[in-house]
Amino acid sequence: MPINPFTYIATSCFKECYNIQASYSQLLAPPLHSGSGQWTTESETSHLHIQFYLERSSTGLMHRNLMHISRIRLASLIAAAMAILGDSTQAVAEGITSMEEFQSMPLVYPKFMIDNLWILISAALVFVMHLGFATLETGLTRQKNTVNILFKNIFIVSVGIVTYALTGFNTMYPGDFNGFISILGPIGFGGDEVANLTTNYGPGTYTYWSDFIFQAMFAATAATIVSGAVAERVKLTGFMVYATILVAFLYPIAGSWKWGGGWLDTMGFYDFAGSSIVHAFGGFSALACVLVLGPRRGKYVNGQVRPILGHSMPLATIGVFLLWLGWFGFNGGSVLSADPGLVSLVFVTTSLAAAAGALASIFTSMAYLKKPDVSMALNGILAGLVGITAGADSVTWIGAILIGLIAGTIVVFAIVTIDRIEIDDPVGAISVHGICGMWGTIAVGIFSTNADHSVITQIIGTLSYAAFAFVASLILASLVKATIGFRVSAEEEDEGLDMSEHGQPAYADFQHINN
Amino acid sequence: MVKIEAFLRPAALEQVQKALADIGIAGLSVLEVRGYGRQRGHREVYRGAEYTVDFVPKIKIEVAVSDEVKQQAIDAIIKAAKTGQVGDGKVFVVPVNEAVRVRTGETGDSAL
Repeated sequence: MPINPFTYIATSCFKECYNIQASYSQLLAPPLHSGSGQWTTESETSHLHIQFYLERSSTGLMHRNLMHISRIRLASLIAAAMAILGDSTQAVAEGITSMEEFQSMPLVYPKFMIDNLWILISAALVFVMHLGFATLETGLTRQKNTVNILFKNIFIVSVGIVTYALTGFNTMYPGDFNGFISILGPIGFGGDEVANLTTNYGPGTYTYWSDFIFQAMFAATAATIVSGAVAERVKLTGFMVYATILVAFLYPIAGSWKWGGGWLDTMGFYDFAGSSIVHAFGGFSALACVLVLGPRRGKYVNGQVRPILGHSMPLATIGVFLLWLGWFGFNGGSVLSADPGLVSLVFVTTSLAAAAGALASIFTSMAYLKKPDVSMALNGILAGLVGITAGADSVTWIGAILIGLIAGTIVVFAIVTIDRIEIDDPVGAISVHGICGMWGTIAVGIFSTNADHSVITQIIGTLSYAAFAFVASLILASLVKATIGFRVSAEEEDEGLDMSEHGQPAYADFQHINN
Repeated sequence: MVKIEAFLRPAALEQVQKALADIGIAGLSVLEVRGYGRQRGHREVYRGAEYTVDFVPKIKIEVAVSDEVKQQAIDAIIKAAKTGQVGDGKVFVVPVNEAVRVRTGETGDSAL
């Protein structure tokens, strides 16, 4: 018999009820009056049917439930628990016919609320990642481009959510489709609440709206990754056009290949929370854009690399710590329920990989660069996080540490190498998201505890994402360059995009001398 | 009456201020500046690439003193700021024609 998801809740709920009843007996006091609580069980029939009437017009539903349950005699409680644990489980989970019926299910409804709430909390955590990206990018670039970077981040998250509602969500989850592309229209479920707001929807752990908002928060991330790599010289209008098309069409199309049940999903490719679908996609889109743009002025002089220092390591650190926080939602929410075992495992693997990534990059940069570089340590944390994202639910804690250590080592060499071949990526997005996203996806094939995951399939999958993102972005960025322009003029770049694009300094009252 | 302009290490400020106060010099201004002398900046590494810091952060203190305490003040500054390493800085002494205290209108040494 498969593990019954209701066993835990049924058992703990039963204990609660019993305890409450006992304490009431001791006090010799009636329970609080709160509506017309009443259970009826038809224990004679083979199909036990439970009805649980109560007022639910106000808050504190769980509390009220327990109050009511306390009135019930033990015998009927045992009968009720057996009914839910028995062969009626399936019927309870899928055969709901009305919202009233759903809300009156004493064990199913609270579990659904907890699962659904966790998805919503996760969506909020993923939202915080956009603040993390904004501060990280700001910190690793010059202060004269700060307003421009903030502006791009504000635009991306906003346009990302709106376009995801208009087309992205349905394009990414098209249902039955050819496996490659199916561009569809806006969200909406035609008012069928029972189908979309109960356990009847999806895996039965969240509502349609929760599904949408969680995925919408993800969607903008792919374009945000590009924002960092093109910072300090991209033309605002050109970037806005590029980012809109990327987030509205390219990302959802690529996402549908796996998460929408497309051809990579059929092949057995595994990407738990998006090492490839989000990060490698964003990283290789960034690479294409940087190649179209060229390096920042003054970065390469006579074949020599001239580093352009970020202006605020505190902001960069705040950004990375916020991203780490957000990743609990990014990975933890990707469990798609509040499953205690899986969510806690994912928290552990996510944090261990982040920490191992930091340690690896710290010691690699101390040994290889002879310097404990804080920006490298921060990139190491992100490398570990990106690396674990594909397999956070299917590797052991030791596997997570190894994935993080390797990602944190790779990222230092990748950043230095990419820098030396004159690909100017101010924040290291190509290395962190592109290279480590690929590594994390392949690592699933190596470290997964699930025998169905294979290295070959993982390589095919991640290369597909990298290639699609790179080619599509190369075409898109080139088209933007040829039409409205993708890069600011040399004078505007020297002056700083804050003044030339926005006419607004980031730190109006701060004294500074430009070196 | 002279003005002493000293370009020093930022870390020297506290000792220099104390040394000047100890010999009874009442006023002192300090500015954050960047520059280089014979040391010509230094090399650093950022994300794996070397770069030169041409303009090193320094402080510039400005203090006006009477001719009588001029040498004493210079000696105090040097004693307090000297580490013996490259980059200790320089002291310039420039003549001052006149000084006026804004509040009282006093002039000359009594304005200091």
